[in-house]
Amino acid sequence: MKLGLVVDLDTCVGCHACATACKQWNTSGTIGPLSDERPHGKDPSGSWLNRIHSYEVGDSPNSKTVNIPMSCMHCADAACVTVCPTGASYKREEDGIVLIDQDKCMGCNLCSWACPYGARELDTDSGTMKKCTLCVDRIYDEQLPEAERQPACVLTCPTSSRVFGDFDDPDSEVSKLTRERAGQQLMPELGYNPVNTYLPPRNPKQQEQIKVSAMQGVKQLVNRIVNR
Amino acid sequence: MHPAFSVLIFTVTSGAGYGLLTWLGVGQLLGFTQASTADQQIILGVIAMVLVSIGLLSSTMHLANPKNAWRSFSRFRTSWLSREAVFAILLYPVAALYAAAIFWQWSSINVLAGLSIILALITLFSTSMIYASLKTIRQWNTPMVPALFMAYALSSGGLLFLAVSGFFGALNPQLLTVVMGLVLITLALKLVYFFWQGKPQGATIQTATGFTQASVRLLDAGHSAPTFLNREFGYQITADKLLRLRIVMTLVAFILPLGVMYWFTQGASVAMLSVAWCLMMAGLLVERWLFFAEARHVVRLYQGDQRT
Repeated sequence: MKLGLVVDLDTCVGCHACATACKQWNTSGTIGPLSDERPHGKDPSGSWLNRIHSYEVGDSPNSKTVNIPMSCMHCADAACVTVCPTGASYKREEDGIVLIDQDKCMGCNLCSWACPYGARELDTDSGTMKKCTLCVDRIYDEQLPEAERQPACVLTCPTSSRVFGDFDDPDSEVSKLTRERAGQQLMPELGYNPVNTYLPPRNPKQQEQIKVSAMQGVKQLVNRIVNR
Repeated sequence: MHPAFSVLIFTVTSGAGYGLLTWLGVGQLLGFTQASTADQQIILGVIAMVLVSIGLLSSTMHLANPKNAWRSFSRFRTSWLSREAVFAILLYPVAALYAAAIFWQWSSINVLAGLSIILALITLFSTSMIYASLKTIRQWNTPMVPALFMAYALSSGGLLFLAVSGFFGALNPQLLTVVMGLVLITLALKLVYFFWQGKPQGATIQTATGFTQASVRLLDAGHSAPTFLNREFGYQITADKLLRLRIVMTLVAFILPLGVMYWFTQGASVAMLSVAWCLMMAGLLVERWLFFAEARHVVRLYQGDQRT
């Protein structure tokens, strides 16, 4: 299995609901609290496992706002795991999820240096690295109804821009979407082979020109004169 | 990259220590330590290991959770940081045996000297590969980084060897020439590194976002106050400050020590070699600060940089 996410950049509105839901679920999840510093102060800080960046793509007037939510890509060739000296970072053989054993991490930051996507953040309270778990404590929980065995970010997304699934299965929804919408990886040239895939925005449909008959044209002209 | 002071101290002082130990071993194998007594050689070795230990202790200061530091010996097969830790610790018993061999004139002294050289150089190499193996930082991901780390260590260690053996009155004038040549080569390497680094290359905001056919600008980074990623990777340095520091570094780490060493050959006191060494160490601290401050991690592309 190769579990991961598909994020639709066409429909993502950049509402940050996924990041908030992620923080809410994972702060009481398997990796312990995601601590905050000065949460009500002037410069609040804290560990988040998902962050949303908004970009302007193209030049005005032909530009478009694109929101790119970024969490761990669960790379097939995860350099963060290779560089880890303590063995705290590991990639699960059975489903490809990259996790950090909080009991082994010594907080050297090297894995965050090796990650090009900014997926790892040091929790200054526990002194250990925190990262997306793909909600490993949800997706296998048989106490939950089957429809809810998905990452918190996917469940909460109001525009259904996030899809969770197995990229090894060619008939899964994530594989189909990647195929049909030409899904792509971010920064593929570094060679980490990230699993999470982003669907580029679709070209806007040509707006249909409304044909105005001669009679309607005259009526509109008369209305405009009367209104004036 | 944020220049963490503990890491600057670690790489500079332990580098000088490994360099000094290497020259001590080389002196044993090539026969130019014979001028010094056993006690003097042991003092040189102790200075080397004290410098190394200061560096290693300093390196644990930047750990956020040092109680798990002992686990860093466990991933020798994949992690350069783990390899560095293993080789650094392995060197201690070997260096102690080498000291014993000097003191009691064991016949195995050459073997132990050779082993000390190999372990010191491998540890240095492992340290440099922690940086050079990161594909995310193009300024570090080059074979020049291990070459430079070796050159700094052998230069500063060689100069310290000269300063201390000069103090003992056992200075080898040929070694002085060799070290002066080495400092020049190191300077040349660093200038090549600066030249190479200025060339635009690597990932851009286009490949980072996947929009390779259009211009891309960051509108909103998604957080209202700096995060861990900003603090760790978002280090900003202005171009004029960078240029000034590069000039200071070149002068203090290389040109001035070379001048002082030349002055010594023209008859200045032996104490001037210690002055030259102190200058070089200060200059290398500036160099290491620049090494971090100039390194631009690709995560900055998601925070608004157009290229690394």
